[in-house]
Amino acid sequence: MTLSMTTAVTSLEDLQALADRLVALVAARAEDHDAEVEANVRATRTRHGLTRFANSFIHQHVGEDTVSVSLTVAVGGRTSSANSTRIADDELSQLVDTTLASAALQPVDPLWPGATPPAEPTFTGTHDDTTADATPDERAALVEAFVTAGPELKAAGYLDTEASWVAFASTAGQRTAGATTRASLDGIHQTGSSAGSAHQTSVRLADLDAAAAGALAADRARRSASFTDIQPGAYPVVLGPEAVATILMFLSVYGFNAKSFLEGGSFAELGEQQFDGLIDVWQDPTHPGTIGLPFDAEGTPRTRYALIDRGVTSALAHDRRTATRADATTTGDALPGAASFGAAPTNVVMHGGDTPAAQLTAGIERGLWITQFHYVRVLEPKTVTSTGLTRNGTFLIEDGEVVGAVSNLRFTESFLHALGPGRVRGVGDDARYADGEFGAGVVIAPSLALESWNFTGGAKG
Amino acid sequence: MGEPQHEMFDHATAAVEGALAAGASYADARVVIRRHEALQAQNGELEQVTHDEDAGVGVRALIGSSWGFASTSELTEVAAKRAGAEATATAKASARVPGSGLHLADVPAVQDAYITPFTEDPFTVPLDDKVEVVVSATRTMHEVEGVMVATAQLMFWDTDKWFVSSQGHRIHQRIVETGCGMDATAVGEQETQRRSYPQSFGHVETGGYEVIRRFDLPGHAAATAEEAVQLLTAADCPSGELDVILESSQLALQIHESVGHAIELDRILGWEAAFAGTSFLELDQLGTLRYGSELMNITADATIPGALSTFGYDDEGTPAQCVDIVREGTWVGVLSGRDSAHLAGLPPGGMVRADGFNRMPMVRMTNVGLLPGDSSMEEIVAETKHGVVMATNRSWSIDDKRLNFQFGCEIGWEVKDGKRVRMVKNPTYTGITPRFWGAMDRLAGGDEWFAWGVPNCGKGQPMQVGHTGHPAAPARFRDIRVGVKA
Repeated sequence: MTLSMTTAVTSLEDLQALADRLVALVAARAEDHDAEVEANVRATRTRHGLTRFANSFIHQHVGEDTVSVSLTVAVGGRTSSANSTRIADDELSQLVDTTLASAALQPVDPLWPGATPPAEPTFTGTHDDTTADATPDERAALVEAFVTAGPELKAAGYLDTEASWVAFASTAGQRTAGATTRASLDGIHQTGSSAGSAHQTSVRLADLDAAAAGALAADRARRSASFTDIQPGAYPVVLGPEAVATILMFLSVYGFNAKSFLEGGSFAELGEQQFDGLIDVWQDPTHPGTIGLPFDAEGTPRTRYALIDRGVTSALAHDRRTATRADATTTGDALPGAASFGAAPTNVVMHGGDTPAAQLTAGIERGLWITQFHYVRVLEPKTVTSTGLTRNGTFLIEDGEVVGAVSNLRFTESFLHALGPGRVRGVGDDARYADGEFGAGVVIAPSLALESWNFTGGAKG
Repeated sequence: MGEPQHEMFDHATAAVEGALAAGASYADARVVIRRHEALQAQNGELEQVTHDEDAGVGVRALIGSSWGFASTSELTEVAAKRAGAEATATAKASARVPGSGLHLADVPAVQDAYITPFTEDPFTVPLDDKVEVVVSATRTMHEVEGVMVATAQLMFWDTDKWFVSSQGHRIHQRIVETGCGMDATAVGEQETQRRSYPQSFGHVETGGYEVIRRFDLPGHAAATAEEAVQLLTAADCPSGELDVILESSQLALQIHESVGHAIELDRILGWEAAFAGTSFLELDQLGTLRYGSELMNITADATIPGALSTFGYDDEGTPAQCVDIVREGTWVGVLSGRDSAHLAGLPPGGMVRADGFNRMPMVRMTNVGLLPGDSSMEEIVAETKHGVVMATNRSWSIDDKRLNFQFGCEIGWEVKDGKRVRMVKNPTYTGITPRFWGAMDRLAGGDEWFAWGVPNCGKGQPMQVGHTGHPAAPARFRDIRVGVKA
């Protein structure tokens, strides 16, 4: 198919043609070089609508429709990359010329794994047309349902719908395309002295129950309106899915990232029981309802594998560069433009247990139930020792029951130690997509009950 | 950059016309073409060279209490006009959940141009020269025994913006930004230790390649790497309440987190409550609240030559300016845009910017920093009985009201009786914002005052990455809790 790129690019077929066009342009320049010329190309269309509300009204309402291309070339193993939203015919030719010229000036890249070879994804992405076409009015209607669930409270948050269409092509013959959608609602209700949150994410906008989310956030806010201060120290905790998702993001970035491992910065000891036997975490793009494409940023089909198999650290996330370095196989977890960062799993699933989440407090004499963490940052990557705060609902547990709210607390804790063998009291049956501070649609997590969590400061310091 | 000026203004004008025709009471549009080049090397090998270019038009339409924003990467008049209509339709949809009407503070409708002063265009410097800087710096660091990972990066942005508003603005700006950074990581049994230069995450200025030459990464590589290795065998930072002496780049981040975000008017008004958070500051305290000691004088100054947040106009067409934020310890000013300023009854500060054509402008820090004092690091150490000098940020965390913070630094030196007695590792300190700033009793100035650039400030939904500047000099804070451990 020949497509003039001065016409609008909207469909998956258009994007595949765009990717093919760039590969053809690179191939046509090959004779200008003495060495082998290779290329990986990704063409992406992103359509995103986001409705933000604060003080119980919609104050910002945004829409974006962007087409972009990503090109990585190698000239005799000398590499260079480029990204651009400029896709007219002459602009594509210029992009290819400048990227090839840049590559030719580089030293040989010892970790260039070659252009991506052909491999067919074994499953399709999850895409919902209705979500992709969601209108501002549809989003506003759901926001209204969230806001009106707490008429005496101040609501804030966002509801967004995102659709991505991606086509990949390489000079080595890989050619694949896919699409995915996501809809998320993340909001709080505030009383003036407290806040409560709720989060929902799905492939389909129709799955979101904004009224229920609003009711949950409002209930948490009201229950927190009167709170006490508690002395910092070590307490048993029940962590809600959002808090668990934050932990899993940190374990993924600092531990399961093969580049971090190869550089000595990871905690991972493959085959070792580093976690409690109740902890079971997978990279699982095949999980029902999972959001994402069937291939990664390098065009490699994504795979399903255990990161933590009943407490045993089992695998690392590889892209093709780290796989080359480690003499391993890529797991299909390359991230866009992240050669210097490495790979990370983006369909993280912690399997839920059989304990109803509300019963995780059972047996805790005096502890805390944490809805959400805030502003977590790592202090020591090898032990994933991190500091952060609690937010949007921190409750006191006494004799197995939630008895009231406490003010937000600062913690300083090793995530590796906190989830270590013998330290997990229970796993909830409430696994769902949770927004772990660093974005929606990446982690499915349940609630967790832990023996101890180290709080190092309260509201007064 | 050679883009046809009239054509870009035409696209922006078409977007504004599209929004007005659909019923917007006010509209503005930005055509943005942004080039970005980044090089990263590791252990003496070039790891990544990336050239990015994004171009498109973003249009903002106001109806009632809500902004609608739409953008497209298709740079044609038809697409721009369609984006304008979409922005208005989006704003109209917000009427389902309405608030009080939003109005804009007055600013002059300017037709003007601004270009960042620079000596050497970073995009015309031969790539070989740039590669040599990062490769040689990382090779030197990696050759130091004990260094496991050495990385270095150069980063450049060249951004053209054509801004048009329905009130008559017509402004072209070209902003050129240049930055660099490197770090060495030494790995021990259960720890990693890192040293960075000139600061963690790199330092960026407005200006050209002369910035890279001035910071001379290869010339500082060996010393940077040696400190990383020394940290593995250094003593742990003591725990307790001690005097803390912060070097200027760490103090810059302290300002960013505990002042810069707290004074954002959109946060104070609750517009960012769900994600970034609110602020411990309330507008009725403006002019009376004690933020810190009398040594504390903070301005937000978008006119400092070379500083990262220096420009001609913000993304609403408001002129760059210097605004007093804290005067002799009293809170007196905020960071604002035209809408938030009108709501608060304050003059607009020209502090609204967007991360590219496809993001809606929002309140952003300009160069928020401390005015210099009259002491020096040497004098401050000499006057300290027991404390810790801490340098170069390693971790940062602060609550959603910008009150309760904890910072970690890469390196520290314990001070006893006026002398640095030993290097210490894993230095951390924690505190409550006004109490901490109230404890500042010594502040350096002169050559030690420097406008640091932070290129990675996240805010907003969808997330936007902002570039902010923070002038600072070394300072001492009395009786601060240090050495917090897990």
